[in-house]
Amino acid sequence: MRIEYTDVLVVGGGLAGLRTAVGAARRRLRVEVLSLVPAKRSHSVAAQGGMQASLGNAFKGMGDNEDVHFGDTVRGSDWGCDQLVARMFAHMAPKAVRELAAWGVPWNRVQRGAHEVVINGERVTLTERDEAHGLITARDFGGTRKWRTCYTADGTGHTMLYALGDRAVAEGIPVRDRSEAVALIHDGGRCQGAVVRDLETGELYAILAAATVIATGGFGRIWGISTNAIINEGMGAAIALETGVARLGNMEAVQFHPTAIVPAGILVTEGCRGDGGLLRDVDGHRFMPDYEPEKAELASRDVVSRRMAEHMRRGKGVKSAAGEHLWLDIAVLGAAHIDHKLREVKDICRHFLGIDPARDWIPVRPTQHYSMGGIRTDHRGESPALRGLFAVGEAACWDLHGFNRLGGNSLAETVVAGMLVGEHVADFVESHAGALQFSPGLARDFVGRERAALEAITARPAPAPGADNVASLRRGMEATMTEHVGLFRNEAGLRTAVATLVDLHARAQRVGIASRHLDANPELVAAYRLPRMLALALCAAQGALERRESRGAHAREDYPARNDRDWLRRTLAWWPVGAATPVLEYEPIRVESMELPPGFRGYGTRNIVEHPATALREAELESIRARLEGAGGAPLQAALLDFRARLPERYRGDNERIADIEEGAPR
Amino acid sequence: MSRRLKISIFRHNPRDPRSVPRLVDYELDERPGMTLFIALNAIRDTQAPDLNFDFVCRAGVCGACAMVIDGRPGLACRTLTSTLPAAFSLYPLPVFRLVADLSVDTGSWMRELAERLQTWVHLDAEPDLDRLEARMEPALAEAVYELDRCIECGCCIAACATAQMREGFVGAVGLVKIARFRLDSADTRDDADFYELVGNDEGIFGCMSLLACNDLCPKELPLQTQLAWLRRKMAGQGVRWLRRG
Ligand SMILES: Cc1cc2nc3c(=O)[nH]c(=O)nc-3n(C[C@H](O)[C@H](O)[C@H](O)COP(=O)(O)OP(=O)(O)OC[C@H]3O[C@@H](n4cnc5c(N)ncnc54)[C@H](O)[C@@H]3O)c2cc1C
Ligand code: SF4
Ligand code: SF4
Ligand code: FES
Repeated sequence: MRIEYTDVLVVGGGLAGLRTAVGAARRRLRVEVLSLVPAKRSHSVAAQGGMQASLGNAFKGMGDNEDVHFGDTVRGSDWGCDQLVARMFAHMAPKAVRELAAWGVPWNRVQRGAHEVVINGERVTLTERDEAHGLITARDFGGTRKWRTCYTADGTGHTMLYALGDRAVAEGIPVRDRSEAVALIHDGGRCQGAVVRDLETGELYAILAAATVIATGGFGRIWGISTNAIINEGMGAAIALETGVARLGNMEAVQFHPTAIVPAGILVTEGCRGDGGLLRDVDGHRFMPDYEPEKAELASRDVVSRRMAEHMRRGKGVKSAAGEHLWLDIAVLGAAHIDHKLREVKDICRHFLGIDPARDWIPVRPTQHYSMGGIRTDHRGESPALRGLFAVGEAACWDLHGFNRLGGNSLAETVVAGMLVGEHVADFVESHAGALQFSPGLARDFVGRERAALEAITARPAPAPGADNVASLRRGMEATMTEHVGLFRNEAGLRTAVATLVDLHARAQRVGIASRHLDANPELVAAYRLPRMLALALCAAQGALERRESRGAHAREDYPARNDRDWLRRTLAWWPVGAATPVLEYEPIRVESMELPPGFRGYGTRNIVEHPATALREAELESIRARLEGAGGAPLQAALLDFRARLPERYRGDNERIADIEEGAPR
Repeated sequence: MSRRLKISIFRHNPRDPRSVPRLVDYELDERPGMTLFIALNAIRDTQAPDLNFDFVCRAGVCGACAMVIDGRPGLACRTLTSTLPAAFSLYPLPVFRLVADLSVDTGSWMRELAERLQTWVHLDAEPDLDRLEARMEPALAEAVYELDRCIECGCCIAACATAQMREGFVGAVGLVKIARFRLDSADTRDDADFYELVGNDEGIFGCMSLLACNDLCPKELPLQTQLAWLRRKMAGQGVRWLRRG
């Protein structure tokens, strides 16, 4: 049996995995990257709209800075995020964009002078500053107070992933594609690497590593219809759950994007609305201002999706053979804008709908899109429960997003977290704590266990006609999640979901397959993954059932209030070995250490059960501000929330902006 | 009235000594809006559970699903069956190593290409991340993006007579990448450096300008103009060297 050794094993070749790998490799560590598919085909490539960073170059971004970005992110999360992480993130995002610019992302740039844009349905002329000419520009996105989303037309994920993919080649980092991590090797306290399966040959082997980083992206494919790539099956989170040690955070926090096309579920970017696109109903009426007069189409994602669903419930949806939907109108932006800035959207409309969005409206409805939850980590990206296990990107619950992620904050998270976690992983491997006595015996045990599991599947009788098979069980899971663990949730539906999923989970462990060979066998892969997908589905459904409040994307019809008093806490799911269901624990989100205490997000009517500590913390913050008035930004920030000291030293510097230069600040 | 489709699919598992390359027919009812992504998954779910094919984004942006569709290389996920005859064939892309059935190993091929052509921005020094980014003309940034849109699907390679004959030919995908970095003001390499990489028969001088690549590129990259332009530049560079030598 093959056992390999390395310093750092990165599972996942998307943006988060690659940036972490580059960071660790630059610290002269040996790094191996695994991916199901060639790295540049990872789901990150499909991201369209852009990445948030408070550069403040564009006219509508003037005055932007880390504070504004931090505030938007915390409000967006409905106060569910970790504010230390959000602070670090807002500070790092400009550095990440600038690094990517140097590595070849051809960010769209500011063009000096006047140009026409569509804002709130009307044509407006903006005049860009001379001194900003040639710097990175930004577009508007939902839930942000400034135009902060940096972009390359609507192919931002593509340019970012290609720049990073090429960077990884430049650094000589090996990437093994068609390779799946199928189990984590650990002794209950320390992660030692992973069991790997070569999806082409079927070979099972072990890679032992001082540090293992999970960067496997989201798990949207447990829902029937999702904007996610079809490989987004959550196997990274699932194998972490299977350790019986690592915790998954907030698996019930799932985002539904307002505008996926019907019926295919393919996304058209929020940039459509950011650039001025409108949502219309069956009568052609622009309905969002009726619900959210101030932000309209550019309210936070969770809000827009719910408003759309509400509007359809009122009978204002468009009934079609493909299902009920609403319209996205970007024809208002004009053909020239679409050809330049929304060309992937145009391609998608042409190929999958047979329409031209410069003339026709696009049929859309809210669709599963993003996993806020994932492997729970500390601010360094490490699992607090299993040493040597790190997680980064959408696979992680680092907790930047809480209960609702802002558009553009996920691409930014992947690279920012990669920059930070790459350093922390390297520090860990170089430290005393990172020293590891590899145990080949343990590796053999784990490989043996996976081999037995695979052989058990191929030994089962092939499914009889009409009996359970992998495809039918999977459809059962997808239907359950779509119906009961969707945009709106309630006690009865969630109870049904949990019961159905428990049953499916048991059946999935008995299902046989027709084709028995171990190599290049998609049926075997599906059978092997299905129980794991069901385990994740159960974590999400059970977490949603227990969380009896509404926060961000988690909307309980029977508990519409955000209940800070009882629910300002993070769900942690873990799976005791051999158990039939996950166990839920809770981790408090402490108001006492917040820089921005819980408040009203400004959508709909205020419906909050206050936390008793909120008023106290507000008073405390006020007195800190009064005391340090005039002391300058740095000491004040340190007293409010001291994030800088927690960053790797190389990333602590202030971010320069043109406004600073104009004011004659030292360069 | 809905059609009954008959899809003849290439099947072979090169690791199985008993497997012989063959065409197998699968029939299914066409539905409105059916893409090859939907059709192939339906065949896998109901008729051929171990049929290999590669879809990732299923939205025409990741490049995973290129195959030879009714004789022409293209992206399967965004091909509507309604654009095809009722009976048609599916083959894996030629040139690339066969994994099984419709699945080929484009990953290793593209990685090797990237290493050989050094398809990354070459910098003199890493940027200072605390400072303003280097400026770039907006029009230049857009022009670079235009060439950066290649999705490494391999259609241009499958379509290219040179690539089929000459192993090691970098194809339109390789040449357009060189054109992209040549255009990028951040890259410090000059034409002499690029000549080293593609000023030969495995590069631009191997290209016969038949432009099958240009007609088939699913991202509609301007391959025709870029290849012609690169040929002129590289020929010029070659002449400069001859004179100097
Ligand atoms: C259609 C779409 C558009 C989006 N647009 C935007 C946007 O405009 N702005 C924004 O901020 N965000 C956007 N997002 C979200 C964002 O793109 C993703 O959250 C982000 O790219 C995830 O990156 P990642 O590196 O964490 O994971 P991914 O890019 O999903 O990469 C996961 C990697 O893990 C590998 N992998 C998975 N399981 C295993 C395993 N078991 N073993 C080995 N390898 C494994 C995969 O092969 C892959 O390489 C969008 C998302 C979607 C669905
Ligand atoms: S023009 Fe050149 S690269 Fe394109 S198909 Fe012909 S020989 Fe190949
Ligand atoms: S140049 Fe076009 S056809 Fe060739 S790999 Fe790139 S996208 Fe595909
Ligand atoms: S599956 Fe991604 S391009 Fe077809």
